[in-house]
Amino acid sequence: MDLGPHAAFIWLSYAAVTVTVIGLIMWLIADGWRQRADLDALERQGVKRRSSN
Amino acid sequence: MQTLTQRLANPTRFMELSARLLPWISWATVILLVYGLYLAFLASPADYQQGETVRIMYIHVPCAWLSMMIYGLIALSSFGLLVFRHPLADVSAKAAAPLGAAFTFLALLTGSLWGKPMWGTYWVWDARLTSVLLLFFLYLGLIALRSALEDEGAAAKLTAVLALVGVSLLPIIKFSVDWWNTLHQPSTDFTSTVDPSMRLPLLIMALAFTLMFFAMHLKAMRNEILRRRVKALRAQAVAGRDRFGASAAQGAAE
Amino acid sequence: MKSFWALILRDLRLAVREGGAIGTALGFFLVVVSLMPLGLGPDLNLLARIAAGVLWIALLLAALLSLNRIFEADYEDGTLDVLATGPLPLELVSAAKALAHWITTGIPLAVLAPILGILLNLDLNAYPILVATTLLGTPAVSFLGAVGAALTMKTRRGGLLLALIVLPLYVPTLIFGISAVSAGAGPGGLGASFLILAAISLVTVVLGPVAAAAALRVQLQ
Repeated sequence: MDLGPHAAFIWLSYAAVTVTVIGLIMWLIADGWRQRADLDALERQGVKRRSSN
Repeated sequence: MQTLTQRLANPTRFMELSARLLPWISWATVILLVYGLYLAFLASPADYQQGETVRIMYIHVPCAWLSMMIYGLIALSSFGLLVFRHPLADVSAKAAAPLGAAFTFLALLTGSLWGKPMWGTYWVWDARLTSVLLLFFLYLGLIALRSALEDEGAAAKLTAVLALVGVSLLPIIKFSVDWWNTLHQPSTDFTSTVDPSMRLPLLIMALAFTLMFFAMHLKAMRNEILRRRVKALRAQAVAGRDRFGASAAQGAAE
Repeated sequence: MKSFWALILRDLRLAVREGGAIGTALGFFLVVVSLMPLGLGPDLNLLARIAAGVLWIALLLAALLSLNRIFEADYEDGTLDVLATGPLPLELVSAAKALAHWITTGIPLAVLAPILGILLNLDLNAYPILVATTLLGTPAVSFLGAVGAALTMKTRRGGLLLALIVLPLYVPTLIFGISAVSAGAGPGGLGASFLILAAISLVTVVLGPVAAAAALRVQLQ
């Protein structure tokens, strides 16, 4: 694929978007895991939510 | 619509529904993104004016679109919080703010990477670039205000007030930047009508990015609900322990 | 209405008795304006061209310094709680405090601006217009600032946060304040920018207190 004289700019912008998007997704997934783990740990300690889940 | 938002008011129901919805949205995003990238790189010609650089547009325009749409969503959520006291409104606003800042940043970055070959410089004080920069500042203000307040209920309402102030001033800011730009330089018009060969890839990419945002937003909202549950449970656990050892604690306090 | 004026009078009296705050804002204004030629070089033609912009930006920064004063002291000593339970609606309380801030900070800065214009070789014809635009634009500065001050009232690093929140909102005031001066100095007369600046001030004077009161209510519960 020949992107002409400005190929570096095109690749750089796609790379920046890719890195940011993947970073966001990884952060979201890791954050989800952490909250899940915390919630499970609390429930194992016997702390229950008063409202039914 | 009203009934849907009302039914979603229960966080538990929202968790169930979003868990079912999230995989579908994610896969649709992936399919659209692959198709959009195929169109953007392989199945569309170079622009007669911009050359190959036009391919940056296929990610720049969706990011710019998201930067505005997300602010609109935050404003709508803020309205939902302040007027209807919808329990998920603040979760939505809080989850959307960093995502909006990220896409606004990407819009600025890709815009300046497009500007270097086109305009010969990374940054031009073009009316649209300047407005997006100011929008980015508004996002930063929202995030900073929320992080500076400890009480979560107060933080939710105060950031909602700020978001509504921002959204009501946004048209004036946009108008004044346009005015300022025409005052200082002849308008550089690169916005010739979109060529039909560009329209389809742009549309598909915009759709893909919008779906991607909604997937991220749902996930972030789920995380936030879990975070609040953890917090509530911890507070409950501490309260229970206090009641258990109340006499000892009281003795120590007095 | 009587308590509205009483509140303004009280704030004015407090500002005069303390004195320091106004002096600090004016001194800051002076120092920022005199730093500009030191940074940009003493070329009088260049300075004349950018004078209006420099004066407006320095004025905004100087006003920013005193914004957190609008609500903070009254919040800390409990006056605000009393006012909240009083007969005057919080919207009018915010309006009164913003108005007092404009009288004690906006007007002195607007009066000082043309004097500092001498330092920047500002065109003599522009003087009356500069005073007019700064007087017309500073209400927007005070009333938008009151919103920011109400939002950041309880935060500890309030000053910087306040600047981050409020400065982007000042952009329309800045742009039309400067363009009124440059349009007014030319042959075209005052032009539309003067009227738009007035419109912006009016909008913020009406909407600012509503938003500020909403923010206060959240924190005074």
